[in-house]
Amino acid sequence: MSKPIVATTSLAGCFGCHMSVLDIDERILDLIHLVEFDKSPINDIKHFTRKCDIGLIEGGCCNSENVHVLKDFRENCKILISVGECAIMGGLPAMRNGIPIRECLEEAYLNGPSVKESNQIKIIPNDPELPIMLDKVYPCHEVVKIDYHLPGCPPRADLIWDALVALITGDELKLPYEVIKYD
Amino acid sequence: MKSFTQKAIDKYGGNKTRLMDILIAIQSEFGHISRESVSQIATELHMSEVDVEQTISFYHFFTLEKTGKYSIYLNNSVVANMMGREEVAKAFEQEAGIKFGHITPDGLIGLYETSCIGMNDQEPAAIINNQVFTKLTPFRVKEIVRDIKDGKDVNDMFSASYGDGANRNVLVRSVVTNNIRKIGPILDPEYKVGEAIKKIIKLKPEEVIHEIKNSNIRGRGGAGFPTGLKWEFCRNAQGDKRYIFCNADEGEPGTFKDRVILTELPRLLFEGMVVAGYAVGAEEGILYIRYEYKYLEEYLENILQAARDKNYLGNDILGKKGFNFDIRVQFGAGAYVCGEESALIESAEGKRGEPRDRPPFPVEKGYLNQPTVVNNVETLCAVVKVILHGGEWYRSFGTSESTGTKLLSVSGDCKYAGVYEVAWGFSVNDILDMVGANPKKIIAVQVGGPSGSLIAQNEFSRILGYEDLATGGSLIIFDNTHDLLTEVVLNFTEFFIDESCGSCSTCRILPTILKNKLEKILNARGVMKDIDDMEEWGQILKASRCGLGQTAANPILTSIKNFRHLYEEKIQKSKDYDTGFDLSKAVFEACEVTHRLPNI
Amino acid sequence: MNQIVRFTIDGSECMAEKGQYLVDAAKENGIYIPTLCNYTGIKPKGSCRVCTVKVNGRLMTACTTPVSENMDVQNHIPEIDELRKKIIELFFVEGNHFCPACEKGGNCELQALAYRYKIMAPRYPFAFPQREIDATNPKLIKDQNRCILCKRCIRGIQDEKGRTIFAYRKRSSRVEIGIDHKLGKELSDETAMKAMDICPVGALLVREKGFDIPIGERKYDKAPIGSDIEEHNVSSK
Repeated sequence: MSKPIVATTSLAGCFGCHMSVLDIDERILDLIHLVEFDKSPINDIKHFTRKCDIGLIEGGCCNSENVHVLKDFRENCKILISVGECAIMGGLPAMRNGIPIRECLEEAYLNGPSVKESNQIKIIPNDPELPIMLDKVYPCHEVVKIDYHLPGCPPRADLIWDALVALITGDELKLPYEVIKYD
Repeated sequence: MKSFTQKAIDKYGGNKTRLMDILIAIQSEFGHISRESVSQIATELHMSEVDVEQTISFYHFFTLEKTGKYSIYLNNSVVANMMGREEVAKAFEQEAGIKFGHITPDGLIGLYETSCIGMNDQEPAAIINNQVFTKLTPFRVKEIVRDIKDGKDVNDMFSASYGDGANRNVLVRSVVTNNIRKIGPILDPEYKVGEAIKKIIKLKPEEVIHEIKNSNIRGRGGAGFPTGLKWEFCRNAQGDKRYIFCNADEGEPGTFKDRVILTELPRLLFEGMVVAGYAVGAEEGILYIRYEYKYLEEYLENILQAARDKNYLGNDILGKKGFNFDIRVQFGAGAYVCGEESALIESAEGKRGEPRDRPPFPVEKGYLNQPTVVNNVETLCAVVKVILHGGEWYRSFGTSESTGTKLLSVSGDCKYAGVYEVAWGFSVNDILDMVGANPKKIIAVQVGGPSGSLIAQNEFSRILGYEDLATGGSLIIFDNTHDLLTEVVLNFTEFFIDESCGSCSTCRILPTILKNKLEKILNARGVMKDIDDMEEWGQILKASRCGLGQTAANPILTSIKNFRHLYEEKIQKSKDYDTGFDLSKAVFEACEVTHRLPNI
Repeated sequence: MNQIVRFTIDGSECMAEKGQYLVDAAKENGIYIPTLCNYTGIKPKGSCRVCTVKVNGRLMTACTTPVSENMDVQNHIPEIDELRKKIIELFFVEGNHFCPACEKGGNCELQALAYRYKIMAPRYPFAFPQREIDATNPKLIKDQNRCILCKRCIRGIQDEKGRTIFAYRKRSSRVEIGIDHKLGKELSDETAMKAMDICPVGALLVREKGFDIPIGERKYDKAPIGSDIEEHNVSSK
């Protein structure tokens, strides 16, 4: 049997969850034996080259590009896993959710103390190439179907490892108390 | 303002359990309860300001901000909509020049929405400065707003003639009509005041309770607890004092029979309270009425005074040494949940109407922590008849499980909306026939209000009674011209969301989640899983503290059960999963701000 | 001495003083019934519904129900465990609970319950409501985003005249906690600290406090909430 193929991405996240993937220490060598990686910042493959078995999503959706990437993952991965607080509930980026996007943008580009003087032409970046901000930051499962969730900020390396191994081997995922944490 | 507030406080002896009365007085006088008043009340009643404010902000008819000089509260219930509310609301907005939820810049008119005001048989209806205006039309709205602008008093704004019966009484003078369609032993106009009191004073209280138990009468509010047993528990409970409450907080949308009793037979009701007082050994009775019926206040107070003059109330009633009993009227201030007996007691104590944890039950520790009986208006009327004619006579009506008669409030798609007194044991079909509803066109009946069930034709043969279809008496009839999910289920679910006291997690949080699911389905984004989710999650509400919370999902749950096809018609067949996410909607605002096209 | 009653929780024989609340009675018998709004020494209110158990087949809150002879209590059964999990998840979508940014993380009872029930993500859509942060009080900051409206602060904190310093405002899903402007100004450091401790989540914070304890050493970092109670019970192991 060929090795399961894994893809990963970071949407509106901080790459902390990817760091946590790397934080499995020497087990990363086992991981290479267990799975193959396709699209992922870890190997810098930019586009899907084939259908994947597992997609790991870090971060929620704060702009249109995040949504496209996430939908792309849904289409190309059999199983999607939300990894970390941002993917699961928006996390720190979602702290803007109580503030209308207009206010956010105006504060960031027009009225904030660091831009007030310098942005003389009073423009909010609007190049068509730029992704468009969403009205709020959406958790991944509010955009597409997500099969599993691994909480934590970041999720403990053990949780990521155990979950991957359980998924690949079909063994039961034991969840010791120490691995489920939201911070 | 300061001296008025002080007078209101003094009138109730600076007693913080009378906070409701103090607030009602201030709100009525000034159209709001100012920060200064809050501060003054807090100081005088030895409370903190947040404590006063938590009571104020609980009730729909109390406001910290100024309302209009004329505050128009237009009912937004299902039947109001069926009867043309939308046009009336538009007319109000147009004539007043403001949207609902606002007041005119000159402070003259405020437009507000409100839950069912007990006028389902004469909708659309509104309350303006405590007076009720029924059967509104856009034309009538024009007249009303014109009168308001002319500075007329609400009592002089009735161009139509007054309603029937005691609605014409000089102390009522209301356009409300009774619409009594069928009379039975309770609504019998041949009633003679005081006969029951004369009879009971010759009996021991235990004998009175015995007779009530013998009648098998059960509470008419809907829960159906045996009345005699309730009285006995209260009588036997330990306490320094006992209280009789009459629950006239008739807030279940579609119910209005208590209003008719309060209008036509208040003496019968008061006599029932006296009987209850005698039986359980209480000296004080409190009639808790919803604020929506404030227009009856003077009339009721006058009748109470007449009863005192005749010694039906007061000390040594009709010469019976030591039999003292009096009744006071306590108004609510707009909160459906206060119809729940322990919430009603909390409210009467001047607090937020939040239901209490049970045990202890009110019969053990109720009003001011003393043994308290809370009975429905109709129940208290019925016990007078039981005393006069005997329990056995009473049992000759109805069925073995459900004895006696029941007052039904019938509204919706029928010829003769109104109040019907019928013996228990008739089917829904029988009722439809009686009220002039076209059986071929009727697709659904809401039995027992939003907290009851929405039933379909296949259940119209079910029998009204505690053993089958229990009801507090509200029947709303819908014909095939209605979109049940949008017009009924969504409206009722929103009603429960607004009326939750908010103190228990399940009822505070879940109904909104269910409503969002329902709207997702109505917006054609639903999938089968959404229906399953609603059914499953709805069960969580069973863990709520009170009946409101426990039944808050009933509009959704009973409609899924009985009208599943309506849901299935609206869901997407091609998908088994849809989050409902809409990218074009999500980027809309940012596109506006940045002047971009949504090139998504 | 008070009368002793016998009752069962999930079939195991228990004894307690008559009239004791079920939560406390269970605790004395080494059985943990999870709670959120309950707090030792404060009159119970049954507002969070997390301690819901089945008493003689009926759903009741263990924090408000006194024990009585022969009571049959079902606590740790799949139906009730699932119900509690669903209720706990409700809190997470009702407010804005950004655990990584919260001073109470690791010491938060809501979070601890979610850990105990192994909640990986709430099943409901998030509401992301707009909530107030009130920093007008000189001692306390109130963050309504995190508040679960358990009323512990309302019930537990009064001034010397018995006046409440905290209270609900509004009703339905719009309910929030208010701090009295006048009485709040006179809060002692001690009372402010007490308010923060009483709050099961991070909704009431004493200024310049928080993040005192390093990750790994906080209350619920190593052992689940309730395990201290169960420690004394051999049969549950």
